[in-house]
Amino acid sequence: MSPAVEAGPGASPGQPAAIAAVNVTKRFPGVLATDAVDFCVWPGEVHTILGENGAGKSTLAAMLCGLYRPDEGHIERDGKQVRLRSPRDGLAYGIGMVHQHFRLVDRFTVAENVVLGDPHQARILDRRAIEERVAEIGEQFGLPIDPRAVISQLTVGQRQRVEIVKMLYRGADVLLLDEPTAVLTPPEVEALFTTVHSMTAEGKAIVFISHKLGEVMAVSDRVTVMRAGAVTGEVATADTNQRHLAELMVGHPVEIGTRRGSNIRADVALSATGVTVIDGDQTLVDNIDIEVHRGEIVGIAGVSGNGQRPLARALAGVITPTSGHVTVAGADVTGKGPKAARRAGLSFVPEDRLGTGLVPGLSLTDNMLLTRPRGFIVDRRSARAEIATAIDEYEIKTPGTEVQARNLSGGNSQKVLLARELAGLGDPGGPQAIIVSSPTRGLDIGAAEFVRGLLHDARERGAAVLIISEDLEEVRSLSDRIAVLYRGRIALEGATDELPFESIGLAMAGVAHEEAP
Amino acid sequence: MNDAVFVLTLAAAVGAAVPIALAALGELLAETSGVLNLGVEGMMLIGAVMAFQVGDASGSLWLALVVGGLAGALFSAIHAVLCVTLRANQIVSGLALVIFGTGLSTFIGKSIEGKPLDTDFTPIRWGFLADIPVLGPVLFDQDPMVYATIAIALVITFYLNRTKAGLAVRAVGESPGTADTMGVAVAAIRYVHVMLGGLLAGMAGAYLVLGQVPSWSQDGTTAGIGWIALALVVFASWRPLRVLLGAFLFGFARRANFWLQGEDWAPDIPAEFLSMLPYLLTIAVLVVWGSRDLRRRIGAPSALGVAYDRDER
Ligand SMILES: Nc1ncnc2c1ncn2[C@@H]1O[C@H](COP(=O)(O)OP(=O)(O)OP(=O)(O)O)[C@@H](O)[C@H]1O
Ligand SMILES: [Mg+2]
Repeated sequence: MSPAVEAGPGASPGQPAAIAAVNVTKRFPGVLATDAVDFCVWPGEVHTILGENGAGKSTLAAMLCGLYRPDEGHIERDGKQVRLRSPRDGLAYGIGMVHQHFRLVDRFTVAENVVLGDPHQARILDRRAIEERVAEIGEQFGLPIDPRAVISQLTVGQRQRVEIVKMLYRGADVLLLDEPTAVLTPPEVEALFTTVHSMTAEGKAIVFISHKLGEVMAVSDRVTVMRAGAVTGEVATADTNQRHLAELMVGHPVEIGTRRGSNIRADVALSATGVTVIDGDQTLVDNIDIEVHRGEIVGIAGVSGNGQRPLARALAGVITPTSGHVTVAGADVTGKGPKAARRAGLSFVPEDRLGTGLVPGLSLTDNMLLTRPRGFIVDRRSARAEIATAIDEYEIKTPGTEVQARNLSGGNSQKVLLARELAGLGDPGGPQAIIVSSPTRGLDIGAAEFVRGLLHDARERGAAVLIISEDLEEVRSLSDRIAVLYRGRIALEGATDELPFESIGLAMAGVAHEEAP
Repeated sequence: MNDAVFVLTLAAAVGAAVPIALAALGELLAETSGVLNLGVEGMMLIGAVMAFQVGDASGSLWLALVVGGLAGALFSAIHAVLCVTLRANQIVSGLALVIFGTGLSTFIGKSIEGKPLDTDFTPIRWGFLADIPVLGPVLFDQDPMVYATIAIALVITFYLNRTKAGLAVRAVGESPGTADTMGVAVAAIRYVHVMLGGLLAGMAGAYLVLGQVPSWSQDGTTAGIGWIALALVVFASWRPLRVLLGAFLFGFARRANFWLQGEDWAPDIPAEFLSMLPYLLTIAVLVVWGSRDLRRRIGAPSALGVAYDRDER
């Protein structure tokens, strides 16, 4: 039985759905990830799955591509029931998924990643032919990429292109894109949409997972909204608007506002002077000066890969800058390591939450303990109480305090991390300065708004907050001042409300910088 | 200086390098697929004792070699089951293989302990090439296993770098999750390469008793070669041709006594020191192993030693 849905704009009448999930249920220990979900996509259609963190979007997509097997229900391809035992089966049926966390071998080249596991490849690899084909696909679908580049040297946006090319090379007709825009800059998003439309023009079916309502409206033909594992609505994009979708998604109306600091003090709680990071022969961070006052949020904008990561790590004491100084609440912490920086009152929320921020294999309680002062015996009881409070206060969706951090969805792990880093705010021994990388990346609007509220609140309580983000909207909505990073340098700096949107965009693209004498 | 003896030592070093190289190439295959198998010494002992039994009974060297290899492969399957299917700790499982292999081979070899074997591999002479001074005896007058080993190293190099299957093996060792998503059969590849490793280790053990020291004794046959092979894979940065070169150096070290005895400038290196060498090397490797950064830099497969579980993220 196929779900009874009218054919979308791209579909010809009488055609079966390119792919459909029929009544699928998937359970994980303690969670019902999807609950009897019906979902289908027609050839030539972009169908968005919209939903909060932990709503079950990735799980549904994982079942469509063969990564997970449904506990109940089944998957149909072109109207016929198929049994997908692995992603290999999925690919054999022309179903390819681009995951939220990329699946690329870092040490391999683009071409090597593309042909990995391809059953139609000759036994002995003809590198030249493969590279030509990869470049050709890239050109056809607007995904320029150097087939010989090694993945570890590519930016996030480029890696995503590799993922898409990989699926197209394998002949995928159904593409599942799990939050593809979360890691992209506005121009890259535009380019991705062009790619998506050139794919649907070829009759491919696209499943697009996103939190961003504007993008959903711009790219999709149909939208399925999920909440807590269940579908709460399915609408044609033409018949809906952002407010309606937001309500379906969170269950109540939401608003994103602009906020500024009301009480910026004179004293500086976080400062960098002449910070430079050189790795081999590459200058990653070039002579950067930043001052963040108490009660102020400074936003670092810029396209990813322009030095954000090394800058954040140098400020947090994770790496020692090649030259320059970092002070936290007046204490010079340069080169003294992350522990000294923390002791001086610095909190750090890194961009990779699972890995650098949280230890995936430890329980939530133990993750809380990580940054607490360590005596001889760990105080699990107070940490458990602390995380239990945070679960209530931050509305973290988790089966309990003792589950491993890796089992939380992206948004929920970010909340755990923030709970740990913001604890003790306002106390004399609490955080004085906070560095947050990509604070709301991958978070749904409800959770993102919550996190923005937390950061605003931290500012109002006298902390100096530095936000490093590729999401310009986010930076503008919160920051009192903005600095644009381009090739490791600050290309533009000023009060947010005095910087026109266009000049920020140009600075991000390096135009202002190149023209300066 | 005694030139003739030096050349003889070099020639002998090539022979001594064969079992080290074979075992190390096998381990390289297993490790490239992401499975660390510390049980090389155990697999070699099993290969050696089975080969000797078959060689003794049948008189056929080649049959003995094949049986030795297959025995090693079968024995390594234990490691594959434990580490790939049951996701046991690879270090513990590997060490268990050494202990089990030592015990089992002693048991199987009771009847042949100390018995000599009177066949040997006949060297291949490459016509006039064999008469070139120094190079001739060292390279062009060796037994067939020497050439087979070189060929195996070349084939492995080609396999890993230029073929579809080799690409998949490297991907499984680097990032099994990615390989799985791309439709590579992670577990099957790990099984096959652990067992290929066992096959080569078994052949290495077999060659020892058939070609190098034509007799079986549980504590004297392998004499730590399995541990040297393990260290060699690391020192060679997981590159087959470097393994060959390193094996030759270690082979030379094992035969150097022969030459140094006749030289008055040479210091007396106690035999105890030489038998200690494999274990010192193992310690050096463990030190390298301890540093993740160092491991990355010398080119260790990123997922080496880590079991893969699809449902874990
Ligand atoms: N492998 C797993 N083991 C245990 N629980 C899981 C696993 N994968 C997902 N879950 C749980 O299932 C639920 C749905 O997760 P899923 O990743 O599908 O959410 P999502 O909608 O993609 O969220 P996000 O927007 O944060 O990515 C969550 O509660 C999550 O914690
Ligand atoms: Mg998700």
